[in-house]
Amino acid sequence: MRRVEATDALPVQLVGDQPTSENRTGDWRSQRPVIDAARCTGCLICWKYCPEACVTRTDKVPVILMDYCKGCAICAAECPRDCVAMQPEEAA
Amino acid sequence: MKKVLMGNHAAALGAALARVDVAAAYPITPQTQSVELLAELAAKGDFKGRFVLADSEHSAMSILLGAASVGARTFTSTSSHGLAYMHELLHWVAGARLPVVMVEVNRALAAPWNLWTDQTDSLSQRDTGWMQFYCATSQEVLDTVLQAYRVAERVRLPAMVVLDGFTLSHTYEPVDVPSQAAADAFLPPYQPPDILDPARPISLGGLTMPKEYFRLRRRIDHDMRRALGEIAAAGRDFQTQFGRGCGLVEDYRCEDAATILVTAGAVGSTAQEAVDSLRAEGLRAGCLRLRVFRPFPTQALRACLPPRARLAVVDRSYSPGASGIFFQEIKAALYPSRREIAGYVAGLGGGDITVEFLRDIWRDADAGRAVADDPAWVEDAR
Repeated sequence: MRRVEATDALPVQLVGDQPTSENRTGDWRSQRPVIDAARCTGCLICWKYCPEACVTRTDKVPVILMDYCKGCAICAAECPRDCVAMQPEEAA
Repeated sequence: MKKVLMGNHAAALGAALARVDVAAAYPITPQTQSVELLAELAAKGDFKGRFVLADSEHSAMSILLGAASVGARTFTSTSSHGLAYMHELLHWVAGARLPVVMVEVNRALAAPWNLWTDQTDSLSQRDTGWMQFYCATSQEVLDTVLQAYRVAERVRLPAMVVLDGFTLSHTYEPVDVPSQAAADAFLPPYQPPDILDPARPISLGGLTMPKEYFRLRRRIDHDMRRALGEIAAAGRDFQTQFGRGCGLVEDYRCEDAATILVTAGAVGSTAQEAVDSLRAEGLRAGCLRLRVFRPFPTQALRACLPPRARLAVVDRSYSPGASGIFFQEIKAALYPSRREIAGYVAGLGGGDITVEFLRDIWRDADAGRAVADDPAWVEDAR
């Protein structure tokens, strides 16, 4: 056992030099959303509803950033054309 | 210049004199006038900071968390349910080591609805890492706001300046309002370390592993204890500059007292009157007011208690299943001790604690009628 003494040498705050976007949080996903580009109308309902804000707007078919997507399937549930399919990730 | 002010206005003027950069608040009875006066001063151009009317107390403290992170001196005020709603952000601000100053007006928590004074709201925030000052007069409210900024910015921890709902917040009394130049001489501009700045990007408060987290918490405790010295020093410097000051505790006629009333907040000044009247009857009465609750002033408390004096702790707060909150803390601070310490719970939800009532409590404790482990719930029979 070691005592952690109260001294001015202890840190007051930890300052990071990396943006928190470097913290890639998409690696515990068990299923991934796949947009059927042929049927997508580009309505952006998925972009609006994504709680992770990882759906990126493009000219038409949005791109989902898999570095952050948790596979929650809200985009699939909300898509009015039903064109987001949830596909199982390979077992790690 | 002397003005006749209510406690809430003294609080707002203290913030304006501190040259606050960002104030964000949401009105709630009985704190409302502290926000109204700041908004009015901002509209007239007399308050140069940015006044943000938030959509809730949770948002108000979130705004200050952001503002303080970019180096602003920040202020808010709230009460009761507003403070409870802020609870999560109180931890965020303390953990982020931001010197936010908040005025907190004591009011009972529901259910059932009650608007009047009760210290359970602020004492429930005991473990958030905020310093807590309990004021006895409107003058002390204004003076403590200025002192709180100085201490908070030196130890990098937030501070709560607490006053009683209505009995202090709405009572008009003479307050000596310092000039801006005098306030500036006491309180230097804020020199923030490690601020968020787009020119030099950093990240703060990111995911931290247990070992580092433990050390950061140890540092908070270290700085909180260091604040005892800073508070005492700020009080002394204030005394030198303005001719009035306050310490960690205020003792009154305690030197040879047999029984001492222990209070916090505005009841502290009522207790002095009760002590004077008991002394006039030849009784050895004294009283002691805790001005600072966090950090807890253990040494200052011990230093002003005669060895065998009995204590009667009057709590306008209660932790269900335990006892009055100051009672618990004082017993812990004096452990081990053979001293008799009696707890009285009184005036919850704004019941008056009068001179006569305090005299009754003192007589009960002095006669040794109190049971140490079983706090007495008492009300004024008159």
